[in-house]
Amino acid sequence: MREVVVTGIGLVSSVGEGVEAHVAALQGGATPRTDLTSFAPYPVHPVTVPNYDTQIAKKSDQRQMEPWQKLGCYSAGLALDAAQAKEDAALKSAMHLVVAAGGGERDYAVDGQILTGLRSAANPGVYLNERLMSDLRPTLFLAQLSNLLAGNISIVHGVTGASRTFMGEESSGVDALRIAQARIASGQNDIFLVGGSYNAERPDALLIYEMGGFLWKKPFASVWDRPAQGGGMILGSGGCFLVLESREHADKRGVKPLAAIAGISSERSRRESGSVAKALREAATQLGAKPDVLLSGATGVKGITEEEQSALRDIAPNAKLHATADLVGHTVEAQAPTGVALAAALIAKGEAQEALVTSVGHWRGEGAIRLMKAS
Amino acid sequence: MALRDKKGRPLVAVTGMGVVTSIGQGKDDTWAALTAGKSGIHRITRFPTEGLRTTIAGTIDTVSVEPFCAPMLSERLAMLAAEEAVGQSGLKRGDFPGPLFIAVPPVEMEWPQRQALAEASGQNGDVTYADLLKAASTGKFKAWHDLFIFGTVADRVADSFGTKHSPISLSTACSSGATAIQLGVEAIRRGETKAALCIGTDGSVNPESLVRFSLLSALSTQNDVPEAASKPFSKNRDGFVMGEGGAALVLEDAEAAMARGAKILGYVLGCGEKGDGFHRTRSSPDGAPGIAAIRDALEDAGVSPDEIDYINAHGTSTPENDKMEAQSCTAVFGERMSQLPISSNKSMIGHTLTAAGSVEAVMSLLTIANGRIPPTINYTIPDPAIPLDVVPNVARDAKIDLVLSNSFGFGGQNTCLVLGAEPR
Repeated sequence: MREVVVTGIGLVSSVGEGVEAHVAALQGGATPRTDLTSFAPYPVHPVTVPNYDTQIAKKSDQRQMEPWQKLGCYSAGLALDAAQAKEDAALKSAMHLVVAAGGGERDYAVDGQILTGLRSAANPGVYLNERLMSDLRPTLFLAQLSNLLAGNISIVHGVTGASRTFMGEESSGVDALRIAQARIASGQNDIFLVGGSYNAERPDALLIYEMGGFLWKKPFASVWDRPAQGGGMILGSGGCFLVLESREHADKRGVKPLAAIAGISSERSRRESGSVAKALREAATQLGAKPDVLLSGATGVKGITEEEQSALRDIAPNAKLHATADLVGHTVEAQAPTGVALAAALIAKGEAQEALVTSVGHWRGEGAIRLMKAS
Repeated sequence: MALRDKKGRPLVAVTGMGVVTSIGQGKDDTWAALTAGKSGIHRITRFPTEGLRTTIAGTIDTVSVEPFCAPMLSERLAMLAAEEAVGQSGLKRGDFPGPLFIAVPPVEMEWPQRQALAEASGQNGDVTYADLLKAASTGKFKAWHDLFIFGTVADRVADSFGTKHSPISLSTACSSGATAIQLGVEAIRRGETKAALCIGTDGSVNPESLVRFSLLSALSTQNDVPEAASKPFSKNRDGFVMGEGGAALVLEDAEAAMARGAKILGYVLGCGEKGDGFHRTRSSPDGAPGIAAIRDALEDAGVSPDEIDYINAHGTSTPENDKMEAQSCTAVFGERMSQLPISSNKSMIGHTLTAAGSVEAVMSLLTIANGRIPPTINYTIPDPAIPLDVVPNVARDAKIDLVLSNSFGFGGQNTCLVLGAEPR
């Protein structure tokens, strides 16, 4: 099997942009930025809006995208730059893409007007048809469609090997990395762009998680401290993309690997008391993990967060434990890539020899990714 | 017989297939209707259509779910197809020995749910999302979180069939079903598993999804004679007709399948793909990505263009797709293309979107097994720009060993499969 290395990171969040800013914030340990008012009582970690023009040159492209796609497209561009791949059209036309995505934004004003009108409509079905036909922007569909983040990356950045979009909340981020890693390791493909993005600053995203009772409704507290007060997630806006390639391919391009992806575990289980701790212990054993740093994707949701914390203490009692959500919030599909980005950066800086990234989904899915120094 | 392909990889056999469409429940019914030239397109009765430009679709109205919504119907169609496929394979339902790759429509909450939340909020003035959030916070709608997140259909199918590891839910637009098969093939070739359950499902004909496609001018508006609206490759084609469907394939390492005495229904010999960065909904004018995807599939299968006996077309009935697909095929197959049969199942089933690649892979394998090519129906006015043998209107008997199945989608997705009777 071929060694799979990380050669480029693109990261944008409430912290700002670039992996260095994120590592500095992680090590500084300051309280992360939250917006407590826009969606009160639900705090969110608002993105520090980047200058999109620097990565998405055409305004016409920007207009075709909703924020989640722009964040993804922007961070994908940063990753390509970091991997010294941006200017190599031939390389990008052979580069494959695996994107972890949910869906895009809605037109909130239109939704509200239709719901108001439906209440008194003589024929609600016909009213709905007429309003949708006249009020929906045709291009909004493409800005919502899950696979169109990949489509936009192909258009804007010319990454056109072929794209696959995975859905399924947190697990999709782990599985995107897993499939890319396996395809490189087996020799099927040489280089991938992998990642995801999330826009938390939208009421329909909050709505789906609030229906399930998963949202934190107080000012920021660490994910580890939330379960004692009922638990909950604070969603975060951001994007994270990684360039992964075989070690030989990176060497041939003269690009220095940041870290190697040594193994990925992605499982599902019927959740019950103890199942998350068991899944994480099994993953650590299967991966042979001996991390000196842990990048946890813990959500703050009651039950699973305490279980994960205690399991990680057992797995690596002396490892430094960071929660990605305490830095950027919970970015759902982008959470696992973000953890991997931070882990790779810490290893590249020589601050860790080996890292374990976890992704325990708020509702399902248990994943773990082991990173090491490149050989 | 060699149980590895020319590249030394494990051969991937199909040992179970299941399908449900608007023309039949189960692969036998669907195949019988498909080869009889029967259309499943009809007037939509599921919701009022007044005010819509398109009022027809290939909905599946015989399957009932509660609450009625796209994820519930998509889940049910996936379950029905998987029951048939896993049943045929003889593998154990509840303890399926491999992963699940499932193409699912990107779902979100629908209007009946939004309306219920608005009503529960007690808001009598202008409704906003703040009101919906207020209703959500009561905890009375907890089940809808699970229902409308993206991973749920896969999770329920994985739980029901006992597939292994994290199930992968995927979307590559209208090539999703083919991508699900490709992921299964790759996992078997890598030696990660001896079996994979690959499904495509789509039960998303509802007012908003229909309107969205309608606003992109993608749908046929020839509503007068519903069964005649989908007319791939015809001069008077004017868009696709939405359809619903589910299809499942059990893929196995051929060696493992033979060792357990399973009946092999055919082989997935090659998968090809190529991205297109030209435009969000249109393909590169030179057709290069589609051509590359076809060539990639042939190369992966280790077969030459001359060996392909039949093409199961993407054939959506949109002006753009059919023209580009014909051009791409002609570029690959050359002069032979005028005699090489190519037909579109979508002329009868409609475009089952996320499921199409899976449905058409099953139909391709049945074409091989039965030695009969399903027709392209509604072909009365040929398009002079597409001088192909589209197997017009009537099924044709022919010995078919190798099929190319094309799938193309929004977002620059091009995925092609080569299916065969025997290993190469």
